[in-house]
Amino acid sequence: MNARRTLLLAAGGLVLAIGATFLLDPFRNYQLALVAAYLCATAGLTVLVGLSGQLSLGHAALMAAGGYGYALTVNALTGAGVDGVGRFLGGIVGAVVVSGVVGLLLGLAGARLHGPYLAGLTLTLVVAVPAVAASVPALQGDRGVRTAFDGVPAPLRSLIALEQWQAWVALAVAAVAVTGLVLLRDGRAGLRMRAVRDDEVAAALAGIAPARVKVLAFVASAVTAGLGGSVLVFVTQSVSPGAFPLGLSLLLLVAVVVGGLGSLLGAALGAVLVVLLPWLVGTVTDALPLPDAVVQRLDGTLASLVFGVLLIALVAGAPGGLAGALTAARARRRARRAAGGAGGRRRTRPSRGGAAAAPPTGDPSAPARPATPTPTPSTPREPVRTPTEG
Amino acid sequence: MSQLRTRTRPARTHLARTHVARTAGTLALVAVVSLTACSTPAASPGVAGETVTIGTHTPLTGPAAAGYASISAAASAYFDYLNDQGGIHGRTIEYVVKDDAYNPATTQTVVRELVQEDGVLALVNGLGTPTHGSVVDYLNENGVPDLFVASGSPAWDDPEAYPWTFAFNADYVTEAKVLAHHAQETYDDAVFCVLGQDDDFGTDFTTGLTTVLGELASTQTYSVSNQDVTAQVGAMQAAGCTVNFLATVNGFTALALGTAAKMGYRAQWLSSSSGGDYPTLLGYLGEDVGPALLQGFVSTNYLPFSADDPWVELFRRVNDEYNDGAPFTGNTVYGMSVAYTFAEALARAGEDPTRESLVEALESGDVVGNGILPLQFSADSHKAFGGVGITMVDGGMQDYVGSAWTTDTGDGPVVAHDGEPVPLEDEGVPQP
Amino acid sequence: MDRLVFLLGTGVARGTVLALFALSLVLIWRATRIVNFAAGAMAVVGVYVGVAVTGATGSWWWGLVATVVAGGLLGFVVERGVLRFASARSPLSGVILAIGLVVVLQSLLGIVFGQEHEPVQPPFSDRPLQVGGVPLLSPYDLFVVVVALGLLGALRLLFVKTSLGLQLRAAAFEPEVSRLLGVRVARMRTVGWVLAASAASLAALLAVPNELGLNPHAADMLFVSAFTVAVVGGLDSPGGALLGGLTVGVVTSVVTGYLGATLAPVAVLGLLAAVLLLRPSGLFAQAEARRA
Repeated sequence: MNARRTLLLAAGGLVLAIGATFLLDPFRNYQLALVAAYLCATAGLTVLVGLSGQLSLGHAALMAAGGYGYALTVNALTGAGVDGVGRFLGGIVGAVVVSGVVGLLLGLAGARLHGPYLAGLTLTLVVAVPAVAASVPALQGDRGVRTAFDGVPAPLRSLIALEQWQAWVALAVAAVAVTGLVLLRDGRAGLRMRAVRDDEVAAALAGIAPARVKVLAFVASAVTAGLGGSVLVFVTQSVSPGAFPLGLSLLLLVAVVVGGLGSLLGAALGAVLVVLLPWLVGTVTDALPLPDAVVQRLDGTLASLVFGVLLIALVAGAPGGLAGALTAARARRRARRAAGGAGGRRRTRPSRGGAAAAPPTGDPSAPARPATPTPTPSTPREPVRTPTEG
Repeated sequence: MSQLRTRTRPARTHLARTHVARTAGTLALVAVVSLTACSTPAASPGVAGETVTIGTHTPLTGPAAAGYASISAAASAYFDYLNDQGGIHGRTIEYVVKDDAYNPATTQTVVRELVQEDGVLALVNGLGTPTHGSVVDYLNENGVPDLFVASGSPAWDDPEAYPWTFAFNADYVTEAKVLAHHAQETYDDAVFCVLGQDDDFGTDFTTGLTTVLGELASTQTYSVSNQDVTAQVGAMQAAGCTVNFLATVNGFTALALGTAAKMGYRAQWLSSSSGGDYPTLLGYLGEDVGPALLQGFVSTNYLPFSADDPWVELFRRVNDEYNDGAPFTGNTVYGMSVAYTFAEALARAGEDPTRESLVEALESGDVVGNGILPLQFSADSHKAFGGVGITMVDGGMQDYVGSAWTTDTGDGPVVAHDGEPVPLEDEGVPQP
Repeated sequence: MDRLVFLLGTGVARGTVLALFALSLVLIWRATRIVNFAAGAMAVVGVYVGVAVTGATGSWWWGLVATVVAGGLLGFVVERGVLRFASARSPLSGVILAIGLVVVLQSLLGIVFGQEHEPVQPPFSDRPLQVGGVPLLSPYDLFVVVVALGLLGALRLLFVKTSLGLQLRAAAFEPEVSRLLGVRVARMRTVGWVLAASAASLAALLAVPNELGLNPHAADMLFVSAFTVAVVGGLDSPGGALLGGLTVGVVTSVVTGYLGATLAPVAVLGLLAAVLLLRPSGLFAQAEARRA
């Protein structure tokens, strides 16, 4: 897919998504804004893990970095008398700079470290977020930083609710972030990332500098995660360390793997999952006939139990993630149709499913196992049309 | 994982959204604009013919659940009791409890859900400083009564900035000043030290202590993520501390006392009400060693706690009947007191309560609650309790000693309170 | 000076428990090349069983046995029942399955036992011995140190001196070749899980008396710290786990004592970054296979 087509698709998708906000009530629009924010993070993570093969457990910390960068810049600009669009864009720049710097440092470390060691470093980073927030006075510890409130711009005020406006902004930021990632993935950099992921030595022989490629992937991923964090702050006007626990990092990872590793469609599904799954699980448990006395003890706990069971079942049943399963189903349908016409049964390989279950990305084991030839499905990656722009 | 544990109401999925959007078309959208613009909330959200719906956010899962999940359960039980007595103004109270796992991001979602989807009349007893702090702006911007915040931060008493927010806990500064005053009067030649949580709780409490006592011999902090306070307690021992204040939650009060005992370190311990509940501490320390460790332990409180107090007797009955006989602790009294106080406010808010009339009722000063001091809400102050009492553990019983004390959050004096606790009337069912 | 000695003593005591838990992660890593994110939750299940048995028999030692057995049994069930679904082509699926398992186990424990903390007393005195007026290690701490060191030694013997150990190592490093040579790779993997889960349960049982009490989340932070420890020491090295545990324990204790508890996680992050900067595969990394 060439760059112009990507941009057109992104613009079209954004317009459609913005149109869709008119069909949603304020709370749904708020949730949509959250989906957009988490999509920034899952998309960045799926590119990092799926394309460059580096495992990060630190994306919650990167979101926090972006959130704090946004909040502090916005507050500084408010102090300087700037407001409106200028302040918002300034905040975004702050988010990009802070998360980019943290990502750069992690990327430099990641270029030297193998899978689990990088995972350990990023895990420790997430655990240190509250400590950092508590020891740097400007971050104001547990209570976090509040920012000024951006209402609906005057011309639109009579037309749309606040949450709808917030959803628009969130969608626009997510569109920019995801489009950037698509361009990166489809461009030369993406090719190099896959080359490094599949065989670092061969890539180096082909004239690619693996370290530089890995750092680039980490920075890109960090910046998009940071954008996600800034959207969260824009929507809720506050950022605090408690909102970015280790659990969120793990959840983001769960989301991209369940969605389908390396796939931006999967990242979108994963982001929806992050926001909506609690409700899905809640509905399931509500539907179970249970006596009231039991319910109190089970409240919340049962929901997570169901989630855990579903998660295990899904990973066991569809290793390619939801995106992989969707594409596989589509491919099967196509194959059936083709078979009917050509007379012979021909099975199309589900390209996305294959790609999603690709080689030992982020695999803790990859480094130690001496270059066992992994059966890498070398099917050309058909650029998948995803509603990721939304 | 905490993100996943809350319940949220249905929403269209991302896929459905784009799909719908494709079919909808631009013209249809324009038509919908007017519909969306019309969907403003009804005159008094949460009030129906037979019910009043209110909600809260609290941790039911995750590590914080252990300390707090029993509060909302106790409140729900008391509402059930009230509903069985006919409710308030003939309406039953429906208390929607949302789990936020003590994660501010989740709090923001569930509170919006309560306000926008469940249409609650008020948020009652939202729990936690960082969690509630992330939604206090939202609630005030939208004019949702934000009653009886379950946190001792002084931030909730700010009627100028937060006209819809009302505190409940005695604030940490007040507690600290009263405790410090008590210690000053009681212990001669003492070396005063403090162990505090490394957040607002610890810093506000320490501020209160230094206002009364001046510089402390040692100020130690702990972080909730590390359940090892040996280094801190060792430092207090090394500094020769004899009277130690604790700005700790119950678990860490128990840890501090247990660690000190292991190190053969004897001192007098005085704790904030947030970490001074005898039954809970006994649960942490164990029935075998707990009573000995807790003998002489001093703490503040502002709610009825004497074993023969009529309020406590009523709450025990309600706990047995409506709460499955769950362990009766300070959290039980706290949750039921909140429920009673809300019911009282609702009773004073008129036949057909609205968000405005609820706040007016509180600001009128007619709502007195059930504490050892009457509530002191007014138009200029949204602080619930102007003072606290001192409790001490003796022979396995925690009870008040002496009178209650009042003070301010500045450098005002600590004064003995001469009024009586609020008496129990009408079996704890507030009458209009 | 007294203060430093005291903080060092505390750090060593906590560090050995961390080391023991980290050892479990190292064992599973060696056996199956998976970082077991469910180690904490699994260990807590073992401890619940052990505490129940202690309560029923009145003997802490029977509880200890029960903990180890239950932990091992759970390791077996998890490896055979859940982790076998991990896709060989996408090893991340192992991590995700483990995360799912954490959620399932913790919610089951919450449903069965509730979220409250149940106090657990150490089997014997944990009052520290005074050395020159400074409280140092308690008999219980010494017991923990001895158990951890003993286990480390035993496992080293197992891996280096026995045929089972050789098969375990072979199955971990060269599954294909080992299979050709007649090693039952799947069985070795299971054995690795059982050993590791037992060790983690034991570590958690030893750690719980120093914590708030037993609850479904009792080992969450233990796991996180132990992962750091394993990374500091080198995921392939049991000796590294011990050294890493002691280092992390001492750093945490000294920083908490002198600079405050808040800074401890930052200090650990700094330590980890520094170690990995110098030794990208941990302190005790084995010489890497030559690449290219």
